[in-house]
Amino acid sequence: MKKLRLNKTSRTNFLTYGMVVVLFVVLQIMSGGGMLSSTMKGQLVPICAYVVMALSLNLTVGVLGELSLGHAGFMSVGAFAGAVTAAALQNAIPSGGLRLAVAMIIGALFAAVAGVLIGIPVLRLRGDYLAIVTLAFGEIIKSIINNLYIGMDAGGLHASLINNTIVLEEGGRMILSGPMGIPGITKISTFTAGFILIMLSLVIIFNLVNSRAGRAIMALRDNRIAAESVGINVTQYKMMAFVTSAALAGAAGTLFAMGQNTIIASKFDFNQSILILVFVVLGGQGRMWGSIIAAAALTILPELLRGFADYRMLVYAIVLILVMLATNNPTLSGFFSRLFGRFRKPQKGDAAR
Amino acid sequence: MTFLNHLISGISLGSVYAIIALGYTMVYGIAKMLNFAHGDVIMVGAYICFFAVASYGLNPIIGILLAMLVCTVLGMLIERLAYKPLRQAPSLAVLITAIGMSYFLQNSAQLLWSANNKMFPSFLNFGGTTGISLFDGQLTIAWTTLVTIAACVIIMIGLTLFTGKTKMGKAMRAVSEDKGAAQLMGINVNTTISVTFAIGSALAAIAGVLLCSSYPILVPTTGSMPGIKAFTAAVFGGIGSIPGALLGGVLLGVIEIFAKAYISTQLSDAIVFAVLIIVLLFKPTGLLGKQIREKV
Repeated sequence: MKKLRLNKTSRTNFLTYGMVVVLFVVLQIMSGGGMLSSTMKGQLVPICAYVVMALSLNLTVGVLGELSLGHAGFMSVGAFAGAVTAAALQNAIPSGGLRLAVAMIIGALFAAVAGVLIGIPVLRLRGDYLAIVTLAFGEIIKSIINNLYIGMDAGGLHASLINNTIVLEEGGRMILSGPMGIPGITKISTFTAGFILIMLSLVIIFNLVNSRAGRAIMALRDNRIAAESVGINVTQYKMMAFVTSAALAGAAGTLFAMGQNTIIASKFDFNQSILILVFVVLGGQGRMWGSIIAAAALTILPELLRGFADYRMLVYAIVLILVMLATNNPTLSGFFSRLFGRFRKPQKGDAAR
Repeated sequence: MTFLNHLISGISLGSVYAIIALGYTMVYGIAKMLNFAHGDVIMVGAYICFFAVASYGLNPIIGILLAMLVCTVLGMLIERLAYKPLRQAPSLAVLITAIGMSYFLQNSAQLLWSANNKMFPSFLNFGGTTGISLFDGQLTIAWTTLVTIAACVIIMIGLTLFTGKTKMGKAMRAVSEDKGAAQLMGINVNTTISVTFAIGSALAAIAGVLLCSSYPILVPTTGSMPGIKAFTAAVFGGIGSIPGALLGGVLLGVIEIFAKAYISTQLSDAIVFAVLIIVLLFKPTGLLGKQIREKV
């Protein structure tokens, strides 16, 4: 029998899948055995959502190599599209799981469309200009959803912008009311659904990265001019990565929204985008397992620091700065590498592994 | 007349943006980094001036000078402790550190001075009036507005002269063009960067006081949105260019006030950012930014 030989990339990929499965099983057992506090249990769905957000942003930042400061915008589009869908289908699809799946698909589709619309202008720009335009789009999405009103009655969905001009028939109800957001969401997101979404995102990202298209995308990241000169279509491949990233973020947004009581547009602001970017950078650009760990750890960290109450965000900020200094300053990282023996400094051009 | 009123308040708001944008643009030009903590230095400046004037009853002028002094020291300290060790690091790492710094300043402010709103005192009334009336009272211009615009013009002229004529200013331009070559010419790159941060932070203090004189509610997150807007203004005008910061800032302020007045208050931010995107599509390096040709 031929021995199954795996190259380094597939080995890392399988280890990543394995890690997620093991973590899921362990947490599921702990949660079943009553070993998790109720706050921790409540954090499980947001953690899954943030893990998917980090994975999807890592596709843009780590694999495509473009800085995005508006990723929460896609999360927002997905969250609201998904939540409105779920609310509208409340009676049509009684099964929570199926309704969540449909809502996620709609959320992902809307986010993908937003990704295409934003990608057309954004991907023409380079470097910091691209970053600022993604920031601008994030703010625009926030402003628009903040002023969007959607109601539903027997005649279907009605929407208006800026002022609530919707007149509903008898028995109709408002779903989204501008700055008040969507209140009274039926929580249908479960930890299992979150786990499935994480696995699905990993499958999509790994398959994309290890395909011909993925190699083209990474070639663009490493040297755009060289890649262009061997005939790689810059816009097409950039768009492919960007839209995939947006769609995954949309699905994560739906997952997140369906685990909350209320969602408001101002929750998905610039700080949220930054938070997700922090996950990606701390976990290592292009390294998917790093993103998973960073997203999970940093979502729990403020909860664990509850003992410090007022000081927790301050501690968070200091931890952030110290980690960045410790991993990126030659003197300090040299000190740590002597301390811990083997320590590999993250390289800028680290390929997705 | 209302149009003129809106235009003037737009220019005034834009002047504040321009002063903040200068800090972003100068630091970006020299250190090639987005200093996200800059917006929070504005907030610190405003708080220092607030306490000096409201709690200790000091003269407003002394309050402003004190705020400038504290912010200058703070800016240099941030640069030395957080950014200098990362000079060779990838730009994303520096960006995250700057964001960490911004959180740090906001949360320290919250702990030190509480999250409650503070009403910033208006200390600009000459001869008992808060402004001048023109055209039989049809048009009133607050002193704050005039002082803001004047401060912006003075700062702009001062900085242009500083970067053009003085030795340090020339060193700054040299470092922003080519760090390595500047060092070989005997320019102390570290000192130059420190001075840039010092000037940027001192300007941030002035901007903070001016901002709070027009919009008097002071909270620990006061600086973040104006910071983002001013950064947008810097990109709008062409990041790294001093006249660009002025142009971008003033245009952004005028667009924002007009959008609020004539289109929709709620969507004014969306409109401002949409204009930015349209401008960047046609001028990818901003209005006055230099187009750098890529070489293979």
